[in-house]
Amino acid sequence: MKRIVKIALLLSIMSSFSAIGAALKIEITQGISSAQPIAVVPFSSTQIVGGLPVDIAQIVSDDLARSGRFKPLSRFDMLNKPSTAEQVNFRNWQSLGQDNLVIGKVTPGINGLLNVQFQLFDVYKGEQLTGFSIPASRSSLRGVAHRISDLIYEKLTGQKGAFSTRMAYVTSTRGASGKTEYKIQVADADGYDTKTIVTSSEPLMSPSWSPRGDKISYVSYEGQRSSIYTQTLKTGQREKLRSFKGINGAPSWSPDGSQLALTLSKDGSADIYIYNVIARSFRRLTRSYAIDTEPDWSPDGRQIIFTSDRGGKPQIYKMSVNGGKAGRVTFEGSYNARASFSPDGKNIVMVHRVNGQYRIATLDLKTGFTNILTNGQLDESPSYAPNGSMILYSTNDGLKSILAAVSSDGKVRQKLRLQGGEVREPAWSPFK
Amino acid sequence: MKTYQKLIISLFLSSTLAGCSMFGGDESSADGMSGGASTSGMGDGSNYSGHPLDNPSSPLSTKVIYFALDSSAVEPQYEAVLAAHGAYLAANAGVSVIVEGHADERGTREYNVALSENRAKTVQNLLSLQGAMGNQTEAVALGEEKPVAMGHDESSWHLNRRVELIYPAH
Repeated sequence: MKRIVKIALLLSIMSSFSAIGAALKIEITQGISSAQPIAVVPFSSTQIVGGLPVDIAQIVSDDLARSGRFKPLSRFDMLNKPSTAEQVNFRNWQSLGQDNLVIGKVTPGINGLLNVQFQLFDVYKGEQLTGFSIPASRSSLRGVAHRISDLIYEKLTGQKGAFSTRMAYVTSTRGASGKTEYKIQVADADGYDTKTIVTSSEPLMSPSWSPRGDKISYVSYEGQRSSIYTQTLKTGQREKLRSFKGINGAPSWSPDGSQLALTLSKDGSADIYIYNVIARSFRRLTRSYAIDTEPDWSPDGRQIIFTSDRGGKPQIYKMSVNGGKAGRVTFEGSYNARASFSPDGKNIVMVHRVNGQYRIATLDLKTGFTNILTNGQLDESPSYAPNGSMILYSTNDGLKSILAAVSSDGKVRQKLRLQGGEVREPAWSPFK
Repeated sequence: MKTYQKLIISLFLSSTLAGCSMFGGDESSADGMSGGASTSGMGDGSNYSGHPLDNPSSPLSTKVIYFALDSSAVEPQYEAVLAAHGAYLAANAGVSVIVEGHADERGTREYNVALSENRAKTVQNLLSLQGAMGNQTEAVALGEEKPVAMGHDESSWHLNRRVELIYPAH
C-alpha cells in the first residue's frame, strides 16, 4: 500500500514538473502512509481569454504532496470537476476516500487584474473550512497558488505553510576548459523561477538570508582571498564587509537583522566575531586556540551555537551573545558540526558523523536525544524551513552533489534534482 | 637531529644555488658565453641548470604535501621538503610564497576552511623556523572548495587533503 502511494505520488509529481521544465525536479523518495487524502480540483478559468499561464490547482497539489502530509487525488480519478459550492456533491468525494476538497475559479477582476477564488471543504462534515478571494496579475499567479497552499496547510495542520518561501544555494559547473564556474542562485521553494544572484570563477560559499529575506550574505573567493559580501536581492547591489587577513567566513544574520555572526582568523585561530551592521564594527566573541566557526543565532537572539574542536574533535558549543563561558551541547559521536536552531529554538540540526558517514541529525535540547534523519554518506549543510516542518540539505547522488529535503521527524524524504552541475549549501529563506 | 637535518639541507641548497645563474653575478659569464665560444659547467654532479624550484632532484621541486584525515600535522616525510623551502626563502628575501591549505570533501564546509587554514599555518610555521620572514609567506584557506581529484573515495580524498606552495613570481 505504502509503495503504491509512493509510486503514484512520484509519477504525478514527475509528470507535472517535466511538462513545464523546471530547473529543479523534485522526487519524493520516501512518503508516509498516514498522509491525508485531499482532492484539488482544477480551477475554472472559462471567462479568461486565452486561458491561464499556470495550472493553479496543480501547483497547490504539488505543494501539498511535497510536504509529505497530504496525498492529493489524481485528476483522472475525479468523478466531476466542480468550481462552485453548488456543484459539489460531497458523497462523490466521500466515496473516493477524500478527507478534504479544494475548488476554485479565476475570473476577470478590476483594472485588468484577475480574481482568484478558492474554497476548502471538509468532505465528511460537508462544510467549508476556509475560503478566500485573492486579486492577482497574470505574472503573480504562481505566487498566489503557493499562498493558497499556505492557507490550506495552515488550516489543516495548524502550522504555518512555507510554500511561499524561497531557497538559496551554491552551484558549481566545470566547463569544457576545465574551469569551474560558481553561482549562488535563488529559487522558489518548489524549484521554479531560478535566478542567479552572483557568478564567479572562484569559490562562493555559505549563503545566509537576512531575517526579512531581502538580502543574502555570502563568502566569495574572488581575488583569491575570502571576503564576505551582503547583496540586496532586488537591486543586485552588494557591499563588501571589511575583510581581514586569513578566514572571512560563515556569515549568519541575527534574528533582528542588526548583526552578523561570522568567522575571522585575523587574531590567530578561527574565532567567532559579531559584526554590527549599522556601526560596521567587529566584536570578538570566542577566544580559544582551537577552531571556532559556523555560528548560528538562537531565535531569541541571545545565544550563539558554533562548531569548535577545543575538546579535540569538532562538537557544538553554545555561549551568550555577550560572551562568557562556552558550554558543550553535543556529546554523542566524534563529529558534530554546522548546527542551526529550529525556528522554535527547541532543537538544533547538524551534521553528525556515524561510522564514517556524514548525516543530518537533530538534537532535542531538552531531552538530549539525537535523531539521525538521513542515510547518505556525505550529507551536509542542513537548513530548516521557517515553519520547522522540513530540513533542506545537500547529499551525494551517484557522483553528484544534489539538494534533498527531509521532514524534521525524518519520515518524508525527497530529492531535488537541478539540471547541470553540482548543487550544495541550501539555505531556506525566512517567511515573506 | 633536527639541526643536523637543517645543516644537510642548507649545505645542499648552497651547493645547488651556487651552480645557478639567477643567484650569481653577471648573467652572461654565468651562462658561460663570451666571444663566440660557449662552455657549459658540469655543476655539482647533477646536470640540472634550470630554476632551483624546478630542480627534480631537489626537495624544492616538491610543492604539494599531503595530510591525514582531520589532521593538520606535517608528516615526517615532508619535513625535509619544508626545510628546503624555508631555507630557500631565508636565502632569498625578495621571494614570497602563498601557502594554500585544502581539505577533502568530508565534513562541513566552513569547518574545512578552518582545518585547511590550520594546515597552511603549520606549514607556514615550519617555513619560518628555517628563517623565512613573516612577510614572505601568506596562508590562504580554501577548505574543500578546490579539489584536485573528483572521486568520492580515499584515493581522491588523500590527494585533496593538501597544502600547495605557490611561488607567484615563479
